[in-house]
Amino acid sequence: MTPMIEISHAEKTFTMHLQGGIELPVVRGVSFHVDAGECVVLSGPSGAGKSSILKMIYGNYRCDGGRIGIRHQGAVIDLARAEPRQVLGVRRSTIGYVSQFLRAVPRVPTIDVVAEPLIANGVAREEARECAGRLLRRLNIPERLWRLPPSTFSGGEQQRVNIAHGFISEYPILLLDEPTASLDAANRSVVVELIEEKKRKGVAMVAIVHDDEIRQLIADRIIDVTAFAAAA
Amino acid sequence: MNASAYNFAYLDEQTKRMIRRAILKAIAIPGYQVPFASREMPMPYGWGTGGVQVTAAILGPDDVLKVIDQGSDDTTNAISIRKFFAKTAGVATTTSTEDATVIQTRHRIPEAPLHAGQVLVYQVPIPEPLRFLEPRETETRRMHALGEYGLMHVKLYEDIARFGHIATSYAYPVKVNARYVMDPSPTPKFDNPKMDDCPALQLFGAGREKRIYAIPPHTTVVSLDFEDHPFTRYRFDAPCALCGADDTYLDEIVRDDQGSRMFVCSDTDYCEGRQAAGHRGTESAAPHKERAHG
Amino acid sequence: MAEPLTGNDEPLLVAEGLAKNYGRLIACRDISFALYPGEVLAVVGESGSGKSTLLQLLSAQLAPSAGRVSYRMRDGVLRDLASLGEAERRFLFRTDWGFVHQDPAQGLRMAVSAGANVGERLMAVGWNHYGRIRKAASSWLERVEIEVSRIDDVPRTYSGGMRQRLQIARNLVTEPRLVFMDEPTGGLDVSVQARLLDLMRNLVSELGLAAIIITHDLAVARLLSHRVMVMKGGQVIETGLTDQVLDDPREPYTQLLVSSILPP
Repeated sequence: MTPMIEISHAEKTFTMHLQGGIELPVVRGVSFHVDAGECVVLSGPSGAGKSSILKMIYGNYRCDGGRIGIRHQGAVIDLARAEPRQVLGVRRSTIGYVSQFLRAVPRVPTIDVVAEPLIANGVAREEARECAGRLLRRLNIPERLWRLPPSTFSGGEQQRVNIAHGFISEYPILLLDEPTASLDAANRSVVVELIEEKKRKGVAMVAIVHDDEIRQLIADRIIDVTAFAAAA
Repeated sequence: MNASAYNFAYLDEQTKRMIRRAILKAIAIPGYQVPFASREMPMPYGWGTGGVQVTAAILGPDDVLKVIDQGSDDTTNAISIRKFFAKTAGVATTTSTEDATVIQTRHRIPEAPLHAGQVLVYQVPIPEPLRFLEPRETETRRMHALGEYGLMHVKLYEDIARFGHIATSYAYPVKVNARYVMDPSPTPKFDNPKMDDCPALQLFGAGREKRIYAIPPHTTVVSLDFEDHPFTRYRFDAPCALCGADDTYLDEIVRDDQGSRMFVCSDTDYCEGRQAAGHRGTESAAPHKERAHG
Repeated sequence: MAEPLTGNDEPLLVAEGLAKNYGRLIACRDISFALYPGEVLAVVGESGSGKSTLLQLLSAQLAPSAGRVSYRMRDGVLRDLASLGEAERRFLFRTDWGFVHQDPAQGLRMAVSAGANVGERLMAVGWNHYGRIRKAASSWLERVEIEVSRIDDVPRTYSGGMRQRLQIARNLVTEPRLVFMDEPTGGLDVSVQARLLDLMRNLVSELGLAAIIITHDLAVARLLSHRVMVMKGGQVIETGLTDQVLDDPREPYTQLLVSSILPP
């Protein structure tokens, strides 16, 4: 198996200058790997640093130490030391991120929000929209809503738009931050299906899932992040 | 026979030399506006102080001077300037375009073709063709220096957008010697083609704005336009009511308060010449007869 | 956030050790960075932080006291802006560069119709066919969501948002590769800002434009830019990917800036 993600001794501390410079250690000694076609679920109590680790893998949080190796276009790149443009390159073609909250530009119709990652990778607008439509239909977003911006939607609907946006591309790595929170049973099972399909395509995934049932369904391995707790 | 209190042609010799230097520079760089130290003249700005200074600087005792205002030799302005030089320089004056060696003009180019050796001196109110859209002198000078003339077409574009055609009918911008864009002074655009390849020297003087520019003889002068809206001359579609000419620039004369009007040649010398040669228009029947039938 | 279109590895604009003093007052100090084709850089900071001076240095409107700015011309050669003649610099300004002012009245000809405002750059590079100029202007008005029926109206009759969109069209008509923007959404209503931001975001990604945006509004930086430079006292105190800097700010001043935004 090819490891798609190889993390060793990554660490993160927040320094809160506005609170008198107190140091807030988050994680330390984070080391694990994820193979292609594998879904690794991070577990641990809330505040243990699961989301921080995900954000470090995405390059959203900067590492204070260690290494985050990502297989990108046939080579391994250390995101902890990468230039901003390299991080953007990795995000453009290698890592997709499904966050808990949708951060969409106001006024952009849902169908275009979902289609955008494909368009950004050079797929023709119409083809990208068709693909987006198929995903939205699977996730039970009624077609009459597709022309509206998602900011007007309910929390659950926004979450599903977000999932469609995250799953539409052919990224070899996907980071899933609570993809099934605030979804009903029917939609949860659609997400589980989508994850299964990604696995079959060899996508490496790191997920945070609170729902035990879902976790059992999707996890190939579970990593307890309390082992990386940095709290003094 | 100039009045002894004045130097020849009113201006002192130093000033004339300064103006001649400006004129020489202007001739060397066709269409380029040369700054000069414009003097106070015994007439208000707007009455031709720039033209008068240029004329004063180039007049010699043997010159024959003609002065026209809107084509006419007999308006107050034309007569005053003619008398001014008759008095201060003692030069001969004429109304004949053919006979004149120096013609000072406001707003027209004579209809009769000019010939080599003649000098046409234009009175210019606003020499800067880009002023309409760019109020900063520092910026317009830079635009001339760098040949950035896109703005000139903006003006023509606006005309077409508003009126469906290039409605600018006077002070129509031209490009001189394929380099400088120039304001031909408020002559009607009908006269623009006469500036091109003209055998006479054309000098332009702007007194208030302190600029002199020139078109040397036989210089290329092209009116700006668009490929799909080419430059066209414009004249009232009528023959002259006095001489019958159908190829001259016409003035519209309102005759009463009932709206009746007639069109006559703006160039009085040309019109009179034609009438003397026997050409007749609709209004040139003997007036006494009309009165008799009253 | 839009992604840069190309993986082009040659920088478009390079700043090296840029500084500007006014006597003893230091407006900018030791600023170095490279901007790549298709990349959008936001420069954030409060008034007086030196960001406007920096924009003028980068766009060759102001000569630096030290350091230099180089730009990759269309022929692929990276040239020091100080070595360009004035004619070349001005040509860059109306072809390969755009400059969007905060106040549209500074970037537009307010007494000239919208069509001529957009067409001016085309005429400046030698377009000489009224019909074609008008057609190009119409299509750009459409792209910036201005009704084509308003083409002959002067911008004085436009709303603030329309003026700003017109200014953008006027700049983009020659398909520049780099656009400088100085607080492009400043002074607009929030709803108008959102529409403008959305439009700019789309245009930037469709045209693969590189842009340098000066703003004090972190929301603008988040929506439009790939990368952020935070300025304070004439210096760049923090730089990085936009979401890194905004989600994980390191410097005390950046943390203060970020914490000062109201949650959405």
